[in-house]
Amino acid sequence: MRKRKLEEAIFKALMIVSTVLVGLSLFLIIGTIVVKGLPFLDWDMISKIPDGGYYFGRSGGMLNAIIGSIYIAGGATLLGMFISLPVSIYLNVYLKKANHFARFAKLSFDVLFGIPSIVYGAFAFSLMVYLGVRASLLGGVIAVTLLVIPIMVRTLDEVIVHVPKELKEATLSLGATRWEMAKIYFRQIRAGVLTAVLLAFGRGVGDVAAVMFTAGFSDNIPVSLHEPAATLPLAIFFQLGSPIPEVQGRAYASALILTIVILIIVVFSTLLTNKRRKKS
Amino acid sequence: MKIRLIKDKVIGTGMLTFSILAVSMVLLIGIGLYWRSLPILQHHSIWELISSSTWRPLKGEFGFLSFIMGTLWVTGMSIAIAVPLCLLVAIYLSEYAPIRFKNFFLPLVNILAGIPPVIYGVWGVFFIVPLVQHYIAPSFVDFSTGFTVLSGGIVLAVMIFPLIVSIIVEVLQTIPKELKEASLSLGATKWETIKKVILKKAMPGIIAAIVLAISRAFGETIAVLMVCGNVPISPKSIFDPAYPLPALLANNFGEMMSVPLYDAALMFSAFSLFVIILIFNIISRVILQKIEVKNA
Repeated sequence: MRKRKLEEAIFKALMIVSTVLVGLSLFLIIGTIVVKGLPFLDWDMISKIPDGGYYFGRSGGMLNAIIGSIYIAGGATLLGMFISLPVSIYLNVYLKKANHFARFAKLSFDVLFGIPSIVYGAFAFSLMVYLGVRASLLGGVIAVTLLVIPIMVRTLDEVIVHVPKELKEATLSLGATRWEMAKIYFRQIRAGVLTAVLLAFGRGVGDVAAVMFTAGFSDNIPVSLHEPAATLPLAIFFQLGSPIPEVQGRAYASALILTIVILIIVVFSTLLTNKRRKKS
Repeated sequence: MKIRLIKDKVIGTGMLTFSILAVSMVLLIGIGLYWRSLPILQHHSIWELISSSTWRPLKGEFGFLSFIMGTLWVTGMSIAIAVPLCLLVAIYLSEYAPIRFKNFFLPLVNILAGIPPVIYGVWGVFFIVPLVQHYIAPSFVDFSTGFTVLSGGIVLAVMIFPLIVSIIVEVLQTIPKELKEASLSLGATKWETIKKVILKKAMPGIIAAIVLAISRAFGETIAVLMVCGNVPISPKSIFDPAYPLPALLANNFGEMMSVPLYDAALMFSAFSLFVIILIFNIISRVILQKIEVKNA
């Protein structure tokens, strides 16, 4: 009898230790980045592009990479939404739930969601070689778009599923066509669209492997789609590899900037999701 | 009246085209990567490529064995760390913890999922690598740089925490309450119920979560590249450096054009990553979909 209780107590203790460890890892990561990055963070970092000799510790900032990341993630999110919204509306509103194509499509997006970004990067790169596109803003946008489509479709899917079935039945019984019904759905899922946009943007801003070969790198802010563009994560990666402490410090500062951006995005999307869950 | 119907049809067809295009991305990626890796497959057999460990691109020798071993070691390490921890966390959250703690903790884990890989890399370089170098490794081996299988495994484990925890918590939620109550009313303790009833029932879902986590760890690139040391030799212990496949791909992509077949060799590694992860993902997603359908 006592053995049974003891076993339970031991495992319960183990569970609490594991929970603390997992929770702690988050604070360790954020703590490390803040402690290392804060001393190097200054206004120049986010307002200037690199001066000559920046990578040897001279003055300048990371504005080129910040803008590049926003362009690429923003462009990809926009393009991705343009594709994902019709797809998820079609799968959920036009098709019936048991439809074979709908089920197959959902499985495909789940699988695509699990494909690592390096594979998307390699694929987009071969696509670019085939089409004759050089490493550029355009290339980066293509690669990241491929990467975020599954994320957006899956997020939208989850939102659409929670629209009450009665709404669909009521609309259809009034004689509406499926497209007219879809328009009503659009209105119902606006918050979900925003969540999908936030998640996709967050993923796009943070990803390295997909943009590494497709976007190139540049010290200037790109002014056309065919110019190479720097991205913040790649800038962090390059600077961390430098033996000069000043440059390494800037890598930590850039990491801090990226972390803050991501935290804001994650918190916003979590709040949105919670609000939606409470409503339904 | 007719215009409405035509509009419905036209827009429907348009959306169907989009859907088919998006779904066929899986196929397109596979075909694209295979097509680009064909040149190397014409010169060497697949077996030759994956069983040899001589990596001399300049001489046209492409043996992937040490990279494959590197990937397996690092992935194995991360799974060994993450799975027991996450299983315990998931059980705690869904069976023991107060609902308010669960509602507070899961969003935190979610934040972990949102942090970009490169940040994990920075953290790994600054925190985990020195930890391994100065505190963990010295008690086992004479010398270690800290850039090891173990460091990669720890960083990867933290990266896959959110994935495993959230899936297992969801799977545990699908276990019928009656089952639990029946076991408890027969006099079993809570832990016995978990061990003998809940875990048994949740096993397919847990396996699906683990398979999914393996495939995530398999393809992770930049964080692993930053902390594993990148020495192209098969690791013999967890304190040896490793050079996983994705890291190889990321490190050499830019400069590959001038060397013949190099490009195809790297594409072949991308293609094999894609195929392995595709298979793993299909297996686990089919299991998870079945669980969902059963409980819908």
